Amino acid sequence: MRRAALVLILLLGPLPAMAEELVTGLSRNRVSISANFEGSEILIFGAVKRESPIEPGPTGIIVTVEGPKVPLTIRRKDRVGPIWINDAAMEVDAAPSFYAVNTSGPFDEILNHVDDLRQAITVHRAIRAVGVVETVPDPSAFTEALVRIRGRADLYQTNIGAVTVREDTLFDTSVSLPANLVEGIYTARIFLTREGTVISSASSAINVQKVGLERFLYNLAHEDPLVYGVMSLAIAIAAGWGASAVFRYF
Amino acid sequence: MPGDRPALHTETDRWTDGDKHTVQIYLPIAEVSVNAFLLLGLGGLVGILSGMFGVGGGFLITPLLFFVGIPPAVAVATSANQIVASSISAVLAHLRRRTVDIRMGIVLLAGGLVGAAIGVWVFNILREMGQVDLLVRLSYVLFLGVIGGLMFVESVNALLNSRSGKVPKRRRHNWIHALPMKMKFRTSGLYISVIPPVLVGVFVGVLAAVMGVGGGFVMVPAMIYLLGMPTKVVVGTSLLQIIFVTAFTTLLHATTNYTVDLLLAVLLIVGGVIGAQIGTRMGGVLRAEQLRVLLAALVLLVCGKLALDLLLRPSELFSVAGAGQ
Repeated sequence: MRRAALVLILLLGPLPAMAEELVTGLSRNRVSISANFEGSEILIFGAVKRESPIEPGPTGIIVTVEGPKVPLTIRRKDRVGPIWINDAAMEVDAAPSFYAVNTSGPFDEILNHVDDLRQAITVHRAIRAVGVVETVPDPSAFTEALVRIRGRADLYQTNIGAVTVREDTLFDTSVSLPANLVEGIYTARIFLTREGTVISSASSAINVQKVGLERFLYNLAHEDPLVYGVMSLAIAIAAGWGASAVFRYF
Repeated sequence: MPGDRPALHTETDRWTDGDKHTVQIYLPIAEVSVNAFLLLGLGGLVGILSGMFGVGGGFLITPLLFFVGIPPAVAVATSANQIVASSISAVLAHLRRRTVDIRMGIVLLAGGLVGAAIGVWVFNILREMGQVDLLVRLSYVLFLGVIGGLMFVESVNALLNSRSGKVPKRRRHNWIHALPMKMKFRTSGLYISVIPPVLVGVFVGVLAAVMGVGGGFVMVPAMIYLLGMPTKVVVGTSLLQIIFVTAFTTLLHATTNYTVDLLLAVLLIVGGVIGAQIGTRMGGVLRAEQLRVLLAALVLLVCGKLALDLLLRPSELFSVAGAGQ
């Protein structure tokens, strides 16, 4: 386990003065989306490596998993006359397609505001950090809505207390990836905090990609769209004719 | 790969690949996971309507797909592909019963292609002006409401008259019969000018391009009331024209937006072609007036739903879309 963990680790900013270091690992760094993909669970675990005795103050562990970022538009319906229409719209330069944050305790105990801003840890910060174009008077209502809508689809998750910590040293948590996953490189980040300040962090990549039929169809649709379109029509024509031929005998 | 399958993999595998025997299927283009049986059912439902009434069903399947969670662009493009299949299935069944007026279909299609080209042009102008979505919805409500209402009144009257034993009035000669360039449409039993069918075709083509539907909804009443075609022939003929319009739409979407999801299409198609066969049989059992009453009711139902969507306060005011959609 230790060897595997070390292979995976990409330590972020290993400052020389750091007395505590994170040693982390993932249960898998590759998620394959096949036709019967139903979501996946990733176990993230590790230990705090110390060269000196533990320092005083409460420690916390925060684990985030972030999907590829894409630009999007959030629209709000407003009443114009008797009807409801899409009125105000806000463009977000880049919002993660998936974002999960698991913690060992409540945010107000283990993370201070400054470090949240700096590292963009909470869901709201992860969206906001990438520069929202402020075209509406109340952008926070729009980002709230984004978090709410994606939260309902399990695409944005905040799981307080989902990280188990033993003896202030060993920790583990699991992040469930829903079935509605977009492919790309996902990033797992692990933060160690003391009294709300991030004192060490680590990160590693998870490769989420389509395989088999999914891969084939996606590539064909993008690289050879005419062939793909004709193939779609051929299937439709064959199926229409086939059903008609079969039903003739009933 | 040393990092690929580390120590704890057995435990995670048990969590993920466990004993759940659901029929979820991941769609490669839509990038969502949906229930396969649900899609088969939706396809079947729309297929039945298609075979019975001669409508493509795009007005119905597209909102249903939104509801299941398919992104709008993929829903529009893929339902066009499904409609090709269910229309072919239904047209073949109609051809066997000799209820397709091929000559009329070709004339309508010729007009339709011209109309579609005009429609795409109109659509682009509207898009530059903004609020194209609202305009499409409003024109839906307006068209469906007017057409459905007129049709409902007419067909209920016809139904009541036929019950009370009155002989229906012979079709009157109207201005349509005074136009030049007459042509014989044997299957429909008509000898009329080609100008009205071409104009109907153009009009439906414009609507199809602007509203993103096959146009069966406008086509069917137009053929019955404007051209005076028998209801039974109308269904098959409308479907014949829909095949070409939706096939063209599918190709256009596949090559420009890459939004046709073949896996989604196949599931809808399997349900759709079977439904179309069943629908054709059901339509054959019903009388023309009954068929028209049912179609009118369906039109009004969809119209009412769309109107309510515009008038009632939505439970979620916000919506999220990819950039530029």
